[in-house]
Amino acid sequence: MKIKDVSIIGYGAYVPIFRIKDSEIARVWGRDPKRVPVNEKSVPGYDEDSLTMAVEATLNALKRSNISPDIIGAILVGSESPPYAVKPSATVIAEVLGVSRIVAVDMEFACRAGTTAMQNVIGMVGSGMIEAGIAIGTDTAQGRPGDELEYTAAAGAASYIISKSGNDDIARFEGSFSYVTDTPDFWRREGERFPRHGYRFTGEPAYFHHIYSAAKGLMDELGLKPQDFAHVVFHQPNVKFPTRMAKQLGFNKEQLKYGLLSGYIGNTYAAASLIGLANVLDNAKVGDRILVVSFGSGAGSDAFSIIVEDGILSKRDLAPKVFDYISRKKYIDYSIYSKFRRNIVM
Amino acid sequence: MRRVYVCGIGATPIGEHWELSLRDLMVLAAKKALEDSTLTKRDIEAVYIGNMSSGILQGQEHLGSLFATWFGIPGVSAQKCEAACASGGVAFHQAFLAVASGMYDVVVAMGVEKMSDGNTYDVTSALIMADDQEYVAFTGSSFVGLNALIYRRYMEKFNVKHEDIAMFAVHDHKYAVNNPLAQYRKAVTLETVLNSPIVADPLRLFECAPIGDGAAAVILCSEEVAKKYKSDRLVEVIASSVATDILSLHNRKDIVTLNATKLAMNKALKMSKIDLKDIDIVELHDAFTILGVIHLEDMGFAEKGKGWMLVKDGEIEKDGKIPTNLMGGLKARGHPVGATGIYEVIDVVTQLRGEGGRNQVDDAEIGLAQNVGGVGGTVTINLFRRL
Amino acid sequence: MNTFINSVPRSWRERKYKYRLIGGICKKCNATFYPYRGSCPYCGSDDIEEVNLPKKGRLISYTIIYSPPSEFRLKQPYIVGLIELEDGTRIIAQITDVDVNEVKDGIEVEAVFRRYREQGADGIIEYGIKFRPISD
Ligand SMILES: [Zn+2]
Repeated sequence: MKIKDVSIIGYGAYVPIFRIKDSEIARVWGRDPKRVPVNEKSVPGYDEDSLTMAVEATLNALKRSNISPDIIGAILVGSESPPYAVKPSATVIAEVLGVSRIVAVDMEFACRAGTTAMQNVIGMVGSGMIEAGIAIGTDTAQGRPGDELEYTAAAGAASYIISKSGNDDIARFEGSFSYVTDTPDFWRREGERFPRHGYRFTGEPAYFHHIYSAAKGLMDELGLKPQDFAHVVFHQPNVKFPTRMAKQLGFNKEQLKYGLLSGYIGNTYAAASLIGLANVLDNAKVGDRILVVSFGSGAGSDAFSIIVEDGILSKRDLAPKVFDYISRKKYIDYSIYSKFRRNIVM
Repeated sequence: MRRVYVCGIGATPIGEHWELSLRDLMVLAAKKALEDSTLTKRDIEAVYIGNMSSGILQGQEHLGSLFATWFGIPGVSAQKCEAACASGGVAFHQAFLAVASGMYDVVVAMGVEKMSDGNTYDVTSALIMADDQEYVAFTGSSFVGLNALIYRRYMEKFNVKHEDIAMFAVHDHKYAVNNPLAQYRKAVTLETVLNSPIVADPLRLFECAPIGDGAAAVILCSEEVAKKYKSDRLVEVIASSVATDILSLHNRKDIVTLNATKLAMNKALKMSKIDLKDIDIVELHDAFTILGVIHLEDMGFAEKGKGWMLVKDGEIEKDGKIPTNLMGGLKARGHPVGATGIYEVIDVVTQLRGEGGRNQVDDAEIGLAQNVGGVGGTVTINLFRRL
Repeated sequence: MNTFINSVPRSWRERKYKYRLIGGICKKCNATFYPYRGSCPYCGSDDIEEVNLPKKGRLISYTIIYSPPSEFRLKQPYIVGLIELEDGTRIIAQITDVDVNEVKDGIEVEAVFRRYREQGADGIIEYGIKFRPISD
């Protein structure tokens, strides 16, 4: 899918201040504290959820966009951890921004929902339905105590304001490509608090197959090769998977440098690839081409090719950067973590 | 306006009355007050009942009719008055007006609160309803927390030490020992107060009035009825005033002054035509130690920022310049919220009648009772003179 | 207890002021206050306009709640502060993202959107503005 005249005019990220070290989780469950998937992961505070994080990321995006919320025509929120099973987060965000005459809806597709929101907003802007829209990926991922996922399930949000291309763009969309199959590698049944997963089945047939297919599909369609991209961002459930994926597709470590943050904050699910992209934008040069490929269980991937525009230079410093959030941190132990995650059952 | 007299007082001891209900407490207090007055039930024309939380803590409203029914006086005018912790004070004010206006000759001013049935968390939820539900209770602040905000600001603004304010609790406990109605008849040391658990930093448990049950009643009468008494049984109400302030601290320019105290005090002094220096004894509303200090200042007994010195220098003791809370105050006598205003009146009247026992102040002629609702959203001042 | 406090319309009605920090400004005496209301608490004027209050301020007093109302039971201990915003308007709010032993009078704070209370596990979540220390 080629994209014409649609650009990112604002972006913002958010990562909660709290961290737990994987070694602390390993201590509780008697695992080897050295053999853990990430160093540490972000933890939402007791008063945070995917909605509150989305608000902060969106307010950051608005600061960089230099627009009044009045021109926003859509707010699409991608998350697999909404505070309500039924009742949208998008309307609350609209209320915070003070806008009502808009499309506002929540979307769910595991960790891919954020990029799917982005793709939908691109479509609405490109078709002329709306002048600008907001796409959000946000999650306070749930990891069942003692499960593998507990070592990585983290929290974060990223928000993008997407509009018709103009003079003050941060980056321009070049194309997008999606790839889906029915692959149940990870799921959460209605009414269940924690998700289940297929262990090693989440790897080859799920993560690697879908990201590979979407990335390849997009590059073929646009006639691009790995070396045409300055940066690449993959969904990042850990550090190992995206690193291996990059190698398999022919990207080097330098290209992956800014887009891979799971080692610092864990897996932020629907926000993961979008926070990675935000960090790339925090650091990229004008003219850099970026490949972003998400992955959501169930399963599917969205790939985007994005080219950095000169609006980035004046807008980058208008809101906190991803690393401002990553470096501001407070460590908590497993007891406080359990309190924050409401895992202490009364 | 007609002259108004207190001709009878009665109250239950304050405490955890597991066997007594809200209605039992009211009936007991009224019975005692009536006995003290030597009047009969049939003399009562109107009843004003101060109560804050019977609805939320007991599931019971309509206290006027409830009391009239259970006391066996259906037919009288009876109603509940509510102004948070100042409910008793405003009930007294209404009763005063009813007699002063010429409408009635014998009325009961009563206060009641039944708190011990609820757990501390639920009582805390009920008490914060004294402030704005949407913009203060919403934040999770407790009522203690609001007073803690005042406390910290006061210490910082006037560079006062915690222990100098906490002394107020020691003072209250010292006098409660001799008050048979008091909830805690036990002296405490400053060390005990300062080492008690923190409720809302910097406020310690022993700086906060306790949760307790109690009912108190006073009988007010007109001059005509008063004529049948010997003068040593009578105390005249020489002023009764109520003033309000902006409800919540964040909308006030100065949080270490309770403006309503100043306003109510001015009104009361004007009405009674006495001077501040004529006041011999004070019962003030020290729901928290810091409030005791602030009230002394706002009533005019000390400069702003220096109220604590009166405590430190012994000036609020029995033989001090301004004897204060000589029956144990809110901290030790107790604070059954809606009843407190009436307990304060009873404490003052007891002293003016010379019935203070070991706590009796020599020659007390004029006494003041101050009752505060919320963080000073309502303040009542009542002044009394021995005949 | 919760039965009586819990009400969807009660909290819904205030959403604008709670989500966006909208205060009032008195056209007569120029005072500002939070939240907006139709009459000035200082001079009584009914000529009041809505105003977007500044999102930054300073902590002028605080307390740490160790014995909370029932709806906040599982969050204890937490900090409630009196904040003076940059234009002088004051507000009471929770101070978040800071340990109880780290909070200090006078720290600079900024507004954040957070959860305040829940109307039970199956009831609505009430959101609003809290403040967190501005990191240097
Ligand atoms: Zn005004």
